[in-house]
Amino acid sequence: MKSMLNKMRGEGFSGYVMTLPYVIHFGFFIAFPIGFSLILVFHKWNIITPMEWVGLRNFTRLINDAQFFKAIGNTLIFLAIHIPLQIVIALLLAVGLNQKIRLRGLFRSLYFMPVIVSGVVITIMWRQLFGYETGLLNMLLLKIGLSKIPWINSPGIAMPSIAIMATWKNVGLYVILFLVGLQNIPRYLYEAAELDGAGTWQKFYHITIPALNNTMVLVMTLSTIGGFSLFIEPFVMTGGGPMNSTLSAMLYIYNQAFYFGHMGYSATLGIFFAGIVLIVILIQKKIVERD
Amino acid sequence: MRELKRLPLYLALTLGGIIFAYPFIWMLFATFKPEMDLTGIGLWSPNMSLDNYRTVLSKIPIGRALLNSMFVSISVTTFVIFFGSIVGYALARLNFVGRELIFAVILFTMVIPFQITLIPMYILMVKFGWVDTYLSLIVPGMINSFGILLFRQFFRDIPQDLIDAARIDGCNEFQILFRIIWPLSKPVLITVGILAFMGSWNDVLWPLLVIRLENLMTMPQMVTLFAIGGQADSQMGVQLAASTLLAAPIIILYSFFQRYFIESMATSGLKN
Repeated sequence: MKSMLNKMRGEGFSGYVMTLPYVIHFGFFIAFPIGFSLILVFHKWNIITPMEWVGLRNFTRLINDAQFFKAIGNTLIFLAIHIPLQIVIALLLAVGLNQKIRLRGLFRSLYFMPVIVSGVVITIMWRQLFGYETGLLNMLLLKIGLSKIPWINSPGIAMPSIAIMATWKNVGLYVILFLVGLQNIPRYLYEAAELDGAGTWQKFYHITIPALNNTMVLVMTLSTIGGFSLFIEPFVMTGGGPMNSTLSAMLYIYNQAFYFGHMGYSATLGIFFAGIVLIVILIQKKIVERD
Repeated sequence: MRELKRLPLYLALTLGGIIFAYPFIWMLFATFKPEMDLTGIGLWSPNMSLDNYRTVLSKIPIGRALLNSMFVSISVTTFVIFFGSIVGYALARLNFVGRELIFAVILFTMVIPFQITLIPMYILMVKFGWVDTYLSLIVPGMINSFGILLFRQFFRDIPQDLIDAARIDGCNEFQILFRIIWPLSKPVLITVGILAFMGSWNDVLWPLLVIRLENLMTMPQMVTLFAIGGQADSQMGVQLAASTLLAAPIIILYSFFQRYFIESMATSGLKN
């Protein structure tokens, strides 16, 4: 009976017509590229001359590519600084904003402003803030009696500096996510704890943090995905230097493909790197969810 | 008294506000200063002028880039809303064999890191002859899995009675979607629209790959190449002026539709 009614309405037919755009788009721009990249990894190709079968040579080259592993290492250094910094600052600001205060809307929109602005703008701006001789940050340091820091001129400091900038840019989004999480914690949990004589810190540690577990997983996953695609910041700020210390994995893949024209090899790098991204995210999820 | 006890909290939040806002204000003032006055922390300089903007306008066709970006972003946003709502409606309200499969595929595609598809996608553009055309900037972005999911989620909560009544009146599914459902779906239309627009407007990597002709470049792409190339003669003031022109449209939109921006971006948290 029900299926007959459906037929009369032509629901099935409409369903296919309406999902057709997705199916076509999927075929061209998702299924084909994935399939094609699996062919590419066995070839050497610069797009112009015909493809050349090279078997597993792209893989052996990858395994011996010290610069690629340095780039992955750089990206992991970036993540190791960026993510904890972002979570701590976002959580602090969110807890602050979650109090009964005036001007909450104003603070919230100020913190959020860098989120909407293009990374290019932020990077050009911070390149000036990070300047060694006359940059704003170093002028500030001199004023309060400290010495200048070679923010983006020293191999050991350049990547942490970019991580600080990225945190400044993205933290507003995570403040909002934590605020949503905080507002979903039922009040009675705190009231019950107060009856048991719990202090501010105990309430934070035993109620707030566990209740924010889902938000925590979310924030970690989002900022990990974002962090692994780190590209435009080093591209504009340092070009990957000094001494390749800010060469991110994406920047390296970009250079391999579009600077040197190694399509097959860069597709291999892309697949390998995507595998690392997925593995790191799964591991993080396991760790945080267990807590 | 209560407010007084909160003074440290206010101080901390204000300090935070200054840390996020001051660099923007400083950048805006810096764009009017000559190169030698860019040192220092303060805002004012006695030699303010529009010279930096004049230099930008004379060196790169940034007005053209603004139009390109607007054309591309508005097209992408329109298509993402149009197709996203159609597919989302079919997945939410129509029964047909294969619906769950398509839904599963959409969920799956959201997990695939873009690093896998980037290079083959570029090659596809080369083979289609779409390099240095608007097509490469618009067509691949016309459908967005996350947009479809947001529409599907929203449309599931619309009462079946409304749809049945429209069917009895002889509406087909497209008429139901555009005449009955759309007017009830402002929040999700705005959310998907803002996310699509921001994503397209701020994207740099993809335009860098597929556009080489200067008069087809998007604004972020042009500003990027201007800043890292030789054209700015490493003059910081000029680069900052170009950046300010790039940031201005989005900041102006944001100042009017703040709440929508913040709420929309927060829903990107539902992704998982």
